[in-house]
Amino acid sequence: MTLFLHELRRGRTALLIWTAAISFMLGVCLLIYPQMSSQMGEISAMFADMGSFSAAFGMDQINFGEFLGYFGVECGNVLGMGGAFFAALLGISTLAKEEKEHTAEFLLTHPVSRTRIMAEKLAAVVVQIVLFNAAAIGITALAVLAIGETVRVQTFALIFLAYFLMQLEVASITFGLSAYLRRGSLGIGLGLAAMFYFLNIVANLMDQTAFLKYITPFGYTDAADIIGNQALNGAYVAVGMGLSLLGIGLAFWHYGKKDIA
Amino acid sequence: MEAIQTNHLTKYYGKTCGIADMSLTVGEGDFFGFIGPNGAGKSTTIRILLGLITASSGTAQIFGKDVGKHKREILSQVGYLPSETMFYNGMRVKDVLRLSADLRKMDCTQEAKKLCDRLELDDSRKVEELSLGNRKKVGIVCAMQHRPKLYILDEPTSGLDPLMQREFYALLQERNQAGATVFLSSHILSEVQRYCKHAAVIRKGRILICDSVENLGHTGAKRVTLRGVEGVPGLEPVRDVKRTQDGISFLYGGKPDRLLQALSGLPVTDITIGEPDLEEIFLHYYAKGESENDSVST
Repeated sequence: MTLFLHELRRGRTALLIWTAAISFMLGVCLLIYPQMSSQMGEISAMFADMGSFSAAFGMDQINFGEFLGYFGVECGNVLGMGGAFFAALLGISTLAKEEKEHTAEFLLTHPVSRTRIMAEKLAAVVVQIVLFNAAAIGITALAVLAIGETVRVQTFALIFLAYFLMQLEVASITFGLSAYLRRGSLGIGLGLAAMFYFLNIVANLMDQTAFLKYITPFGYTDAADIIGNQALNGAYVAVGMGLSLLGIGLAFWHYGKKDIA
Repeated sequence: MEAIQTNHLTKYYGKTCGIADMSLTVGEGDFFGFIGPNGAGKSTTIRILLGLITASSGTAQIFGKDVGKHKREILSQVGYLPSETMFYNGMRVKDVLRLSADLRKMDCTQEAKKLCDRLELDDSRKVEELSLGNRKKVGIVCAMQHRPKLYILDEPTSGLDPLMQREFYALLQERNQAGATVFLSSHILSEVQRYCKHAAVIRKGRILICDSVENLGHTGAKRVTLRGVEGVPGLEPVRDVKRTQDGISFLYGGKPDRLLQALSGLPVTDITIGEPDLEEIFLHYYAKGESENDSVST
């Protein structure tokens, strides 16, 4: 518990800044919807008619003129990118920063097992992601009320669930990587998150690349699919959760016996 | 039961050898100095004892328990001071001390306060603003506030001013007299000579010699330094002759009266006769280790 609270305290500022920034952008995107929607008719048709470009962002399947469609695409960019970067930062730094800042020697010479240390750190990462999403959901709810749109709560819940799972997966995979790193490489974490995002775009482009959806956690966050099916793609989620467990498992396995520099 | 016991401990970093075949015994209640130059393997040994790294081969036990298998139990009885003490930026000294105590599930507020007072450490400062010496003090309090049975200190006095060093050793001696074991590494011989009961000299990852400090320093020889004399007076046995600008210095291992006889009548302008210090012995062992190694390699 001590280390869990310590981690939350250390991550407090970053959590506040990320949450504030992403919530703000999300809020702004939602609040400008009424203005956008009046001009949406043509834009929507145009967006849906840009061939591969539309497909890449899933805009061929979404009616941009409807609030849900607008939300799906806007959220996809704000919450998807923002959330993935935040999760990657958390995951990649939580273990590696101890060695980078030379505090590992302090921490690991206390009578706490490495397994325990990792479990508490991981719990802190998950809690921070939960808080981040809670704020995003809260802001969305407020903004939706403010612009007077009515929405299907279930669809929204599914979209947010997808983003939450995606962030957990990104955090788990980067957590696994960070056990192998000596120096907290934020770049590797952010790069991986960006790569996942672009893999999904590539996967949307052609049938031959569609299999990439199994690899990237963005595969199951596609709002078009979620809105269309009223469900998450079980296969993509299952593979994603499998990869998450693999990442966490690798971290525990390796860090338990790692030589600390 | 021994406080620390290692058997043929060996650690390779890739192909480079950190320590080789290190067998070391430190009895309970001992005040043990681990002497060697930088990169000799002192820290490597200590890090294995603390479970930060695992040995390539050989075993290490603390209070009879294997350091790999019973790490948590061992660490709860150990106070460790790293050679470079780093803490979490943004925290105040007292928060670091409380964190350390909390991780041990102990309340050490009283003891921490006492230690801070004695070391003149302001516990409301932020750790990243502290000087090297003050950061070292935080490390010392962390290592001592839970009153462990064994102190493992890696170059504990680097960065401390001489007055603080004395206070620190006074603290250690109190703990030692109360029954705790102290194991410290150092490359400063005088402090080992002054405070330690036993010492091991280590070089290139190997122990050259391990004995009581008294025995290490006790060679029966005297260091004789003369001024106004050019050559060694007809004396035996004489070693380690050093010529200075206006005199001579040598180690004499014979009877004192013969020395005095030999000196009488010589134009001596100044004389000192003293114990050879550990440094000379240290260098002696080092030179010996070097030539032995050379003879092995050729």
